[in-house]
Amino acid sequence: METTPAIRLHAVGKRYGDQAALSDVTLAAGQGERLALLGHNGAGKTTLIKLLLGLTRPSEGQISVLGLQPDASDFVALRRQIGYLPESIALYDAMTGEEVLAFFAKLKGHGAAECRSLLETVGLADAAGRRVRTYSKGMRQRLGLAQALLGAPRLVLLDEPTTGLDPALRLQFFQVLEELKAAGATVVISSHALTEIEGRVDRLAILARGRLVASGSLEELRAAAGLPVVIRITSQPGEAPRVAEMIGGQGQLTKVNDRAVHLTCLGSEKMELLRHIAGLEAPVTDVEITPPRLEEIYAHFTGEAPRP
Amino acid sequence: MSALLQIAIKEWRDGLRNRWVAAAILLLAGLALLLALLGATPGGEVKASALAVTLASLASLTVYLLPLLALMLAYDAVVGEAERGTLLLLLSYPVPRWAVILGKFTGHLGILALALLVGYGGPCLLIALTRSAEAGDWMVFAGLIGSSLLLGGAFLALGYLVSALVRERATAVGLAIGLWLVLVVLYDLGLLALLVADENQAIGQSLFSLLLLFNPTDAFRLFNLTLTDTAALASGMTEAAGSLPAPLGLAAIAAWLLAALSASILVFQRREL
Repeated sequence: METTPAIRLHAVGKRYGDQAALSDVTLAAGQGERLALLGHNGAGKTTLIKLLLGLTRPSEGQISVLGLQPDASDFVALRRQIGYLPESIALYDAMTGEEVLAFFAKLKGHGAAECRSLLETVGLADAAGRRVRTYSKGMRQRLGLAQALLGAPRLVLLDEPTTGLDPALRLQFFQVLEELKAAGATVVISSHALTEIEGRVDRLAILARGRLVASGSLEELRAAAGLPVVIRITSQPGEAPRVAEMIGGQGQLTKVNDRAVHLTCLGSEKMELLRHIAGLEAPVTDVEITPPRLEEIYAHFTGEAPRP
Repeated sequence: MSALLQIAIKEWRDGLRNRWVAAAILLLAGLALLLALLGATPGGEVKASALAVTLASLASLTVYLLPLLALMLAYDAVVGEAERGTLLLLLSYPVPRWAVILGKFTGHLGILALALLVGYGGPCLLIALTRSAEAGDWMVFAGLIGSSLLLGGAFLALGYLVSALVRERATAVGLAIGLWLVLVVLYDLGLLALLVADENQAIGQSLFSLLLLFNPTDAFRLFNLTLTDTAALASGMTEAAGSLPAPLGLAAIAAWLLAALSASILVFQRREL
C-alpha cells in the first residue's frame, strides 16, 4: 500500500458550462508528501481541491484519492481520513467554537476529548465558549485549522490557509505542517504566498489558466526553468576588475565595481565555473551563490509576475 | 445514520435559537389560546363539547400558520448554507447528501412538533380542565397534532426542494412565499370560485373532491373537517369533501411529503458546489 500514491490525477478536466476551469491535469503525490498548488486566483487550485474531495465531478479524466475514486459511493466513509480547510472559511456563526468543533468531531465519529486538545493546539482554548460570530478572521482560521486536523487525517487539503493571517499565526501554522509531516500525513496546500511555501513542501505544481504548467521538486523546477544562477564574488579592495579579467569569458558578467564581481550562469554550468574561480590565484575573499528563487521560477512558468 | 442524527440535533438547536421561529411559536400559541377562549364560550345550539369546538378552530389556524413556519425553517436549508460557505465544509465530512436533507428534516420536524405541543397542548388542557371534554375528543386532538405534523412535514420537504433548486437565497424566499400563497390561499379561492361558477354541476362532485387531494392543505382540511361532525357542521366544505373517506386526506398529505422529499434529495445530489 505504501507505494500507491495518496492522490493521483490523470488527464483531468473540469468545465463549468463552456468555461474550462481545469484541463488535462496529470499529477500525483505520494503518501507522506507535501504538495503545493501554486497559481493566481482563478488558475484552478480550488477546483482541483474540490475534485479531490469529490465535491464536484470531473468532466474528463480519472482521479484517485487514497486508493478510491472520489465519486465512488464508499468514498463518503473514506472522508473520515481527510481533513479540509476551505478558502475563506465559513463556520456556523450562531454556535460557540467548542460546539462547532464538537459537531464536526461527531460527524467523523470522534469524542470531545480530542476537541479540547485541538483547541489548545490552535490557541483557542480561552475563546472556546464564545460564539463564532464574535471571532476575528484569525480566530476563525484557527478554528478552521482545528477542524481540518480532527481525527489524525491521512490526507489534509488546505486551500489558501495563510491568507490574512498575522505572522505569528503563520509560523504556528507551519509548525503544525511539520507535525503533520512527522505523523506521515499527505498534505496538499494551495497558495500564492510563494516565499512562505519555498522550502516547506516536497513538491510543487504550478497552475496557470486551468493548465498544469510545471510540477516537481524545487530542484527539478529550477533545472526545467533554466534560469540563471547569480554568483557574487567579493575581492580585496580595488582588486575586483583584475578578478573579472582573470575569470575571462566564462559566465555572464553583470556588474564589476571596486571590490565585487557579479556573474550569472545556467545551473548546469555552475560547478564548472566555480571550479574555474577556485583554481584562480586571485585575491578573492568570498563567493556567494544564489539559485533562482521560487518567485522567479513561478514567473517564468506562468509568464506573469508573482503577486506580492 | 449517526451523521443524520448529528445534523438533526444541530438543526433542532439552531431552530430553538432562531428568534423568528420563537416568534412564530409564540404567535401560534397566542392565537390558539385566543381561539380556545372564544370557542369555549357556551355554544348554544351546537351540541358539542367545548374542546371539540376549539379543536375545529385550531385546525383552521394550522392550515395558515404551520406551512409558513415550515417554509421559514426549510427554505434556507441548502441555498443558505451554500451561500454562507458552510455547505462546502459539511459535505467534505463523511456525510452523504441524503443524510443532510433527512437530518435537517428530522430536526425541523422536531421544532414543528414542539410548536404544536406548546401552542395547542396548553390551551386544550386549559379547556379540558375548566370546561367540557369527552373521551373521544382526545383522539381528535391526537389526530389534529398528527395530521398537522404531516402537513408541516410536507411543507418542509417543499421548502428543501425550493432550497436545493435555486442559486440565491433571495430567490428561495420569493419562491417559498409564492408557494405558500398558491397552496394555502389561492388554490382554495380558485376552487371556491369554480364551485360557485359550476351551477350546473358539470364538473361533478367526485372530480371536485379529487381536486382537494391535489393540495396538501386541502387534504389536511378534508381530514380534520370530517374528523369531527362538529367541524363538518361549521364548515362550508362539507359538501365538497362529501364522499371521500378521511384517511384518504392523510394519505394525500403523506404522498406530497414523500414526493417532495425524494425530489429534494435527487436535486441536491446533482447540485454542483
